[in-house]
Amino acid sequence: MTAPNPEFEAETIRRILAGERHLFHDLIRPCERPIYFLLMSLLHNEAEAEDAAQDTAIKVYLNLKNFRGDSQFRTWVLSIARNEGLGRLRKAGTRREDSLEADTDEQTGDYTPAILTSWREVPLEALEREELGALLRKAIDGLPEIYRNVVLLRDIEEMDVRETALALGITEGAVKVRLHRARALLQRDLAPRLEGFAPQKTAGKGLFGWFKR
Amino acid sequence: MRIDCKHVWQYISAYIDGEVDAELRAEIDRHLETCEICSAVLDSTRNVVVLVADERVFELPTGFSQRLHARLDQELEPTGSS
Repeated sequence: MTAPNPEFEAETIRRILAGERHLFHDLIRPCERPIYFLLMSLLHNEAEAEDAAQDTAIKVYLNLKNFRGDSQFRTWVLSIARNEGLGRLRKAGTRREDSLEADTDEQTGDYTPAILTSWREVPLEALEREELGALLRKAIDGLPEIYRNVVLLRDIEEMDVRETALALGITEGAVKVRLHRARALLQRDLAPRLEGFAPQKTAGKGLFGWFKR
Repeated sequence: MRIDCKHVWQYISAYIDGEVDAELRAEIDRHLETCEICSAVLDSTRNVVVLVADERVFELPTGFSQRLHARLDQELEPTGSS
């Protein structure tokens, strides 16, 4: 992801507001991915997420004069995207109840990871195979919404804890707890299956404590 | 103090992000040296984090950007609106 550049953003915003409206294309471009994936995470529908992303970009443009610069531009944009997504869910009456799980953030919660010692290598070259990408997307899509949003912004869009907290309207502590849980769930779900994609060095050395192959 | 496996698992994510203090990090490192299970859990969790961050996994739909900017063009250069 493109790193935010506050000087470029401030100068571009000034020029857009002064009349160089076409510069808005350059301003919004680095935010396209996080906008879309945040909305995709909320709406679960490609066409709807794309439409909401377009509406978000237009709302950002129309409200640009209200951007105060006390948060990062991208954070502000993502809070507009989030409101757009939540508004659509409310309108459709499909707000899912799993956000209630936020109440349980305080408890640390035990989890039992998948334990296998034969998979150590990252099978990055296997990403060329669509199968692995599909496996990862499905696992993330299967996470409860409150975890999915955090993984999306922290691990996929590589935003920092503070910016993720601001974009999602939650505390930094909640970001960390949710990220931990999300990664634990992903590890448990994916590790046994990703093992098959790893470069084979030593066969049959797995330790399987809590689950069966 | 010796920390146990469950204790280590609780801090895996913070450990990966470099958010545990030096003392706890040293304890976890000591534990990892002798615990094959925890070091495997750490490796596989870290691998999952690396994999999902790869931009080949999450790609924008084909034509997304072009359609977005075409829509913006309509908005940026309104014809006949006030």
